[in-house]
Amino acid sequence: MIARTLPVIDRDNEAYWTWGRDGKLAIHRCASCEYFVHPPVPFCPRCESRDVAPQAVSGRGRVVTFTVNHKAWVPDLTDPYVLALVAIEEQDDVRLACNIVECDPETVDFNMGVEVVFEQAEDLWVPLFRPVTA
Amino acid sequence: MTRFAEKETAITGVGMSVVSRGADKSALALTVDAALEAIADAGLARADIDGIATWPGERADGSGFSPVGCAALQDALRLELGWYGGGGEAPGQYGAVFNAIGAIAAGLCRNVLIFRTMYEATARKTAYANSLLREGQRQAGPFAWYAPYYTYAAALQQALFFNLYVHKSGIRPEQVGQIAVNQRRNAALNPNAIYKTPISIDDYLASPLIATPLRLYDCDVPIDGAAAIIVSRMDVARTLKNPPIRIEAIGSSMRYRNSWTQLNELDTQAQPKVAEMMWSRTDLKPAEVDIAQLYDGFSFHTINWLENFGFCERYGAKDFLDGGHRIALGGELPVNTGGGALSGGRLHAYGAVHEACTQLWDRAGARQVKGDPRVCATSTSGGPLAGAMLLVRD
Ligand SMILES: [Zn+2]
Repeated sequence: MIARTLPVIDRDNEAYWTWGRDGKLAIHRCASCEYFVHPPVPFCPRCESRDVAPQAVSGRGRVVTFTVNHKAWVPDLTDPYVLALVAIEEQDDVRLACNIVECDPETVDFNMGVEVVFEQAEDLWVPLFRPVTA
Repeated sequence: MTRFAEKETAITGVGMSVVSRGADKSALALTVDAALEAIADAGLARADIDGIATWPGERADGSGFSPVGCAALQDALRLELGWYGGGGEAPGQYGAVFNAIGAIAAGLCRNVLIFRTMYEATARKTAYANSLLREGQRQAGPFAWYAPYYTYAAALQQALFFNLYVHKSGIRPEQVGQIAVNQRRNAALNPNAIYKTPISIDDYLASPLIATPLRLYDCDVPIDGAAAIIVSRMDVARTLKNPPIRIEAIGSSMRYRNSWTQLNELDTQAQPKVAEMMWSRTDLKPAEVDIAQLYDGFSFHTINWLENFGFCERYGAKDFLDGGHRIALGGELPVNTGGGALSGGRLHAYGAVHEACTQLWDRAGARQVKGDPRVCATSTSGGPLAGAMLLVRD
């Protein structure tokens, strides 16, 4: 498999890219009004609270949209793969870019139920999603 | 009564370098060609230019995306300026025009040279593959959220939005393909276009899938080239040789989440509020538009703009495009009349302005739209970026 390009880590996004070590998907949440704030920033745009911190969510969501890639952008990138935006179950306007894995790309569809899995890459744990099996 | 500063400005000249799949001169030399042609076209001299603007400004990253900025051009032409500005955080590529309008209204300058230079054809031959990702480097910025997921190019990211649009609208591939077919037909009549061999819907359907549902013929063509326009204060414009092309209205808003993942409406992108703002600043209506030069980094953007400008209903583009007659040169709304970026070359919305003026000044030769077109809608876009202009020749 081709190495994943990783993000620069800062104070705000560190939990998102590392809590997978413990199998947890971290999304920032306002302690005052319970709004999920993503991308993470320690300010709630709904109630103006500064009391916003990462919290583990269920890891379940739905496929908002997706595409099946067919072009080999780099050598060896020959197999089709799925890039998707997944909305978390807790709040539909929190959308996470991801790959949908552990399935035939042709079976991925809009609104498909998915759950998080993590893949370690260097010192980070990259969130990916797979179909929820019945 | 609110005064709209754009109405006090006009495009007075345009210029374009040779546009090719591999230039025989530098990016700066191409920019000088386009700039001098625009200055002469306006009937001005270098000494009359007192402002310059560009989008997104110089990016010395080897990508060819924007190799020339204000400083390099100012020094090459030894301009003496009251104002200059180049930067990417703006309402799409036309942000440079909107900044120039503000600078003119502020009394900082009277004749602004606005340019856009691309050197992507050469860049791709040497090192670069238009990758959003750099091997071995961690990514920062808005695309960092996509970086770990093999999101190598804008085409892949944008296919996410395109797929949702197809899902919601029910548009069929042979209707989408009318954009590429129409523009190739127009390009055949444009001596400066890159691709002139006609294509059919069958050719479109046979073109390689990049990322579902995006095909190769939905993508613009990287080129080496530069385009330039002169925007002048209206009282100056009225003394120059070309009939002023008034900037009747602009849309520059950001009343939405400016994010490549959290954008409010993924399938219409950022355009609806921007188009709404533009129409709020003019008495003209969509039915009064004679021609449209709509952003076509991917053909899906053009389809979005047809709806968001109000030329057809939401999700009605499939019927509007069916058969391709309405958007053809002889149709009710000729679209991307010079071949656009898909067949003419990716000058990133400045090819579109150049073509708009070419048509409004009756200079388009074999592809000239009949009936003396006076009003052109034009746009830029891509995810959370969007800007719109309505141009009118008196
Ligand atoms: Zn709150």
